[in-house]
Amino acid sequence: MTYTDDKLKNAVREYTIRLADDRMILSQRLSELCGHGPILEEDIATTNTALDLLGQAKLYYEKAAELTNENTSADDLVFFRNEREFTNVQIVEQDNGDFAHTIFRQLLFDVYEILLYSDLVNSKDEDLKAIAAKAIKETKYHLRHSRDWMLKLGGGTEESHRRMKDAVDWFWSYSGELFYSDEVDELLINEGIAPDMSKKRDEYYKTVNKILEESELDEMDPDVWMQSGGRNGRHSESLGHILAAMQYLPRSMPDAKW
Amino acid sequence: MVITEENILKILENVSDPEIPYLSIADMGILRGARIEEDVAIITVTPTYSGCPAMYEIRKRIVEELRANGVERVKVETVLSPAWTTDWMSDEAKEKLKESGIAPPGKTNEFSIDNILNNTDSVACPFCNSDNTEMRAEFSATACKSLYFCNDCDQPFEHFKCH
Repeated sequence: MTYTDDKLKNAVREYTIRLADDRMILSQRLSELCGHGPILEEDIATTNTALDLLGQAKLYYEKAAELTNENTSADDLVFFRNEREFTNVQIVEQDNGDFAHTIFRQLLFDVYEILLYSDLVNSKDEDLKAIAAKAIKETKYHLRHSRDWMLKLGGGTEESHRRMKDAVDWFWSYSGELFYSDEVDELLINEGIAPDMSKKRDEYYKTVNKILEESELDEMDPDVWMQSGGRNGRHSESLGHILAAMQYLPRSMPDAKW
Repeated sequence: MVITEENILKILENVSDPEIPYLSIADMGILRGARIEEDVAIITVTPTYSGCPAMYEIRKRIVEELRANGVERVKVETVLSPAWTTDWMSDEAKEKLKESGIAPPGKTNEFSIDNILNNTDSVACPFCNSDNTEMRAEFSATACKSLYFCNDCDQPFEHFKCH
């Protein structure tokens, strides 16, 4: 899809990179569990989720590269941008922690992703629309998987319950940033390209709180202090470490081919 | 041989899915079409999942199979829309899955958070047809399958997910 208006084109590019960065960084985090999952089935589940997110990220980066200029590739955007140029939300860069942490971070992202894609499938940008229609089907398994473990761990033993509660406390303040909105979003909402996520916030917290309740965990208050900054390139310490692992090889040997 | 769309689709019946070798890419609904433009055979495929690692191999096999049959100039295009669904798999393909011990996908449900969280679809055991089965893992050997267990014949089996 091509844009003649530069302002709109740049906004679509920025928005597409945000979608890509969220998925790329979460995928990289989850793939750290490859060979290290708590049981074989979970090793496979987390890496399959990572693979879906990587596939989605690739589609978004390819679109963003096209909107940048003809000399930029998807790989350039992944491997040759610095920390302050990544615009992912901070929740996706957080360490895996214990398995309860990995699961709750995933649940917060999965519910958000389903609400996002439910509207993005109607985008006036044909590429974003097509990717969303494809990706929304994948989020179904991600959510069922993370919710299932919420029930098992929250309602499990005293120890699993304690760890699940700790994960909820740790990640809660990272949930607010998923609903961050600035002039990029506003422009694209007006053009019918991006969904207005502020209208989905109530449904989001209602769904997450319902799952917490089913998991025998206390409901959480959405109207508390929340982390922010990721969309503007301000990140926690964790992102630098993950980029170091992810970008090391192509930066050491820029001409290496797969 | 005159190269026509029909011939090309016939030749491509021999291209199998790398992960499920007894099904062709046509059976799977991955092969979307073929056309000829200025002597170039243009083949359209769609990925099952965004990150499907078999797509590279599938594109390679298409080119190899056509070249082996005298079609030299080949271009493989990937399209995303309409998004791939298991509803495109033929009944014959579903039967082949079942014969090989994989429970085939049923009809897809309407997409909603409620439907996702309250999924009560039962999956019949491909060995003894019992509905007394339970899901053990949402993901199995490939992203498109989940792992089930049959409580009647005590067999684990894979289910090709409705997608």
